[in-house]
Amino acid sequence: MNQDKLTAPPVENELKLSDEKIKLQVNDLKLYYADSLALKSVNMTIPEKRVTAFIGPSGCGKSTLLRCFNRMNDLVDICRIEGQILMDGQNIYDPKIDVAELRRQVGMVFQKPNPFPKSIYENVAYGLRLQGVKDKRILDEVVETSLKGAALWNEVKDRLHDNAFGLSGGQQQRLVIARAIAIEPEVLLLDEPASALDPISTLKIEELIYELKDKYTIVIVTHNMQQAARVSDYTAFMYMGDLIEFDATNKMFTNPSQQQTEDYITGRFG
Amino acid sequence: MKSLFGVRAWFRSGTPWIWLNAGAIALCLVMVIGVLGLIVVRGGSHFWPADLQQTEWSPESGQKKVIMGELVRAETVSAVMLRESGATVPAELEAVTRYLVKVGNRDLYGRDFSWYMDYEITGWTAPEGAIALERRERGNFYGFPLKLNEGDTLIAEGDAMWPELLKRVERANGIFQQMKDIEKNDISRINNQIEKLRLTERRLVLDKVSDAEMAEFKAQAEAENKVLNDEYAVIQQKLDQLRAESNRDNLVARSAEGREVTISLANIVKAFAPNDMSVWQKTRHYFSGIGTFLTEEPREANTEGGIFPAIFGTVTMVILMAIIVTPFGVLAAIYLREYAKQGPLLKIIRISVYNLAGVPSIVYGVFGLGFFVYIMGGSIDQLFYPEALPSPTFGTPGLFWASLTLALLTLPVVIVSTEEGLSRIPSTIRMGSLALGATKSETLWKVVVPLATPAMMTGLILAVARAAGEVAPLMLVGVVKLAPTLPIDGNFPFIHLDQKIMHLGFHVFDVGFQSPNVEASRPLLYATALVLVLLIVVLNMAAIYMRNRLREKYRSDTD
Repeated sequence: MNQDKLTAPPVENELKLSDEKIKLQVNDLKLYYADSLALKSVNMTIPEKRVTAFIGPSGCGKSTLLRCFNRMNDLVDICRIEGQILMDGQNIYDPKIDVAELRRQVGMVFQKPNPFPKSIYENVAYGLRLQGVKDKRILDEVVETSLKGAALWNEVKDRLHDNAFGLSGGQQQRLVIARAIAIEPEVLLLDEPASALDPISTLKIEELIYELKDKYTIVIVTHNMQQAARVSDYTAFMYMGDLIEFDATNKMFTNPSQQQTEDYITGRFG
Repeated sequence: MKSLFGVRAWFRSGTPWIWLNAGAIALCLVMVIGVLGLIVVRGGSHFWPADLQQTEWSPESGQKKVIMGELVRAETVSAVMLRESGATVPAELEAVTRYLVKVGNRDLYGRDFSWYMDYEITGWTAPEGAIALERRERGNFYGFPLKLNEGDTLIAEGDAMWPELLKRVERANGIFQQMKDIEKNDISRINNQIEKLRLTERRLVLDKVSDAEMAEFKAQAEAENKVLNDEYAVIQQKLDQLRAESNRDNLVARSAEGREVTISLANIVKAFAPNDMSVWQKTRHYFSGIGTFLTEEPREANTEGGIFPAIFGTVTMVILMAIIVTPFGVLAAIYLREYAKQGPLLKIIRISVYNLAGVPSIVYGVFGLGFFVYIMGGSIDQLFYPEALPSPTFGTPGLFWASLTLALLTLPVVIVSTEEGLSRIPSTIRMGSLALGATKSETLWKVVVPLATPAMMTGLILAVARAAGEVAPLMLVGVVKLAPTLPIDGNFPFIHLDQKIMHLGFHVFDVGFQSPNVEASRPLLYATALVLVLLIVVLNMAAIYMRNRLREKYRSDTD
C-alpha cells in the first residue's frame, strides 16, 4: 500500500483516513490454507463508525480477510494465520482472547440469509439468551429496538412468533441483521449481504447500512462496485491475496492511484 | 431416414424400462395386498357367528348319528388317496368332498374338530333353536337347551328359558368379573406385602443385624403378617361365597346326538343362537367378539379368548425400547458427526456401526441372554436383591432385558439416521450461531439438534417398526407364551421391569406352531397377525405424524 496516496491532495469535505479514529488495525496478516498463501501480508486500518467496503475479483481473499476479524477462519481446520489484528489496540489473535466474547463484539451477516428455525422473536433474542438474559421485559424491548434498527419492525410486529422461514429473502436478511445488532456489537461484518436478494431488497439493505453506520463500524464485502460506491466511505481493492489500494471511496472511484484498481473499476478485468 | 418404428426405436424410447419398473411396483403391491388380504379375511371371519349345521352321519362302521357344528371348510380329495390311507370309499367314487366341522363339545367327543365324507352324510340343515355356548373350559358347546335350573329347582323351560338364560349368564359373568378383580387387586397386593416382609427379614439376616433388632423386627413382621393373613382369610371367604353364587344356576342341554349335559352358568362366557340371529344381531356379535379378542386374556393354552396381554406387552416393550435407544443413538451420532476427529479410526467405527444393523437378530438375543441377563442381571441381583436369591429378580429374562436387547438391535438405525440428519444441516446456520458468540455446544444444542429432530424421528420410526416385529431374540430375553400378570399394575413400583411379558410376534409363533389344538387356533393366528401388523402401522403413523409436525416447525428453505 502506498502511504503517499492516502495523504494525497486534500479536497474540501473529503474523508481522509488519517483523520479517522482507528477501530481495527491489521498488521502484516498472512493466511495459509494448508500450504497455499491466501492473504499475503495485509496491512490496513479500519476506521470507526464508517463503512469500509472490500472489492475485488472472486477468490481475491476479501471474504477471507473479513472472516479474520471475528475469527471465523478458526473453524477451518487447514487454515493458519500469522500476524496481528488489533481491535482498540488489543490483538484478537492473542491466545487469551475469548473467541465467543470477540464474536459478540464483532457481529457478522452472511451472504445467504441464515435465520434459525425459530420464531422471528426467538431469532432476535438468541444472542441475548446465550448471554443468559431471561427477563421478558428486556428481551421484548431489545427485540423491538433491534427490529426497528433493521427496518423490519413494521413488517413483522404482528407476527413476531411466526417461523422466521416464512419471511421473504430480503426480510430474512434484515432479520439476520437485527439478530446481529441485538447484542450491540461494535463492528458489523457484512459478507456480500445483498448478493442473494432482488433489487428492491438490495436497496433496503443499502439504506439500512447507511443508517447503521452512525452506531457501528461496518465492513462490507461486495462484488458489486456500484454498491460499494453507494454505501461505503472507504474502499479497499484486493487482488490475488494482496491489498492493492485502500482509500476514501470517492477517490478510489474517481481517481485511483493504482493502474490495477482503475482497470478493475472500469471493467477491464475481474 | 430410419424408421421410427421397430424394436430398436422401442428400446430407445425407454418404454421397456417403464414397463419393467411398473411391473416391479405391481408385484410389490400384489404381495402386500395379498398378505394383508389373507390375514384380514382369515382373521376377520373368525368372529362372525357361523350358522350351526346339522346332518345325519352314517359311517361304514358304526351307528348312525346326528352331528351338528360349524362348517369350517370343505375340500375335494381323490378317492384313491383316501383308500390308500385306509378309508373305505365306495368303489364308484373317484373324488370325495370332505367337510371339516367344528363339532365342539370337547367334554363329550374328546376333540372339537372332525372330518366328514360327503358319502357318509345326508346334507346340511340349520336347525332352529340350536345354541352355541362359549365356555371358559373345554371349548364351545353346541346343542339344544332343555331346562334352566337354580340349584335343583327348575326356573324356566321352553320359550321362556332363553331370555332368562341370557340374563343369568350376564349375572354369572358379573360375579366372575368381581372375583377376577379381587384376585388381581386384593390378593396380589396381599401376596406382594407378605413377600416383601419375607424379603426384608431375609435381608436383615444377610446384613447380620443384632439379635435384639432381629427380634424386634420379627415381632413386628409377625403382627403385620397376622393382619395380612386375617385380611386374606376374609377375602378368601368372600371369594368362596362368590364362587358358590356364580355356580348357583345351571343349564341342562342336549347335544345333537341326544346326550344330556349339565353346564354350570359360571362356565359360560357367552350364549348365542346363531341360527336364529338376524344379520344385525350377528354384526353386533361380530364386533363384540373383536372387542373381547382385543381386551381379554387368552384361555385354554392360547387357543381361545383374547390377546390383550400380548398387545400390552408389545407396546410397553417398544415404548421402553424407544426411551432407551433414542438418547443413546442420538448422543453417539452427535459425537461421531460433530466432535470425533474424522479419520481412518472413525471410518472403521462408522462401518462397524452400520454393519451392526445387519447382524442377525438371534445373535442379539444370545448376547442379551449371556451379557444382560446373566452377567448384568446376575450382578444386580447380588448387589441389590441378595435377599431374594437363589430365585433371581433381574438375573432372569424379563421386560427390561428384552427392551434393552431391542434397543441394542435398533441402535445402528437411529445412529445412521441422526448422523445423516446432522450432516444435512446447512453450515450457514451453524456459522450464524457461532457468529453471535455461541460456543460450539450452544450452537449444537440450540440450533443444530432441534433442526435434526425430524431425522431422529425417522430413525426412531424405523427402529420401532423393526422392534415391534422382532421375535427371535425376545424368546431368549423375556417373552413367554403366558404371563400371569401385566408388567404395569397397581403394586409399587408400578412398572415391573423384571417381569416376563407376552408379545404379539411370539404369540403368533406360539399359536401357530406350539398349539395343542391347531384347528381351533388357526383363525386366532391370523387375527393376531393382523393385530400385530395394525399395531406396527399405528406406531409408525404416530411417529410419522410427530415427524411431520416437527418438519413443519423447522421448515427450512435452506435445505
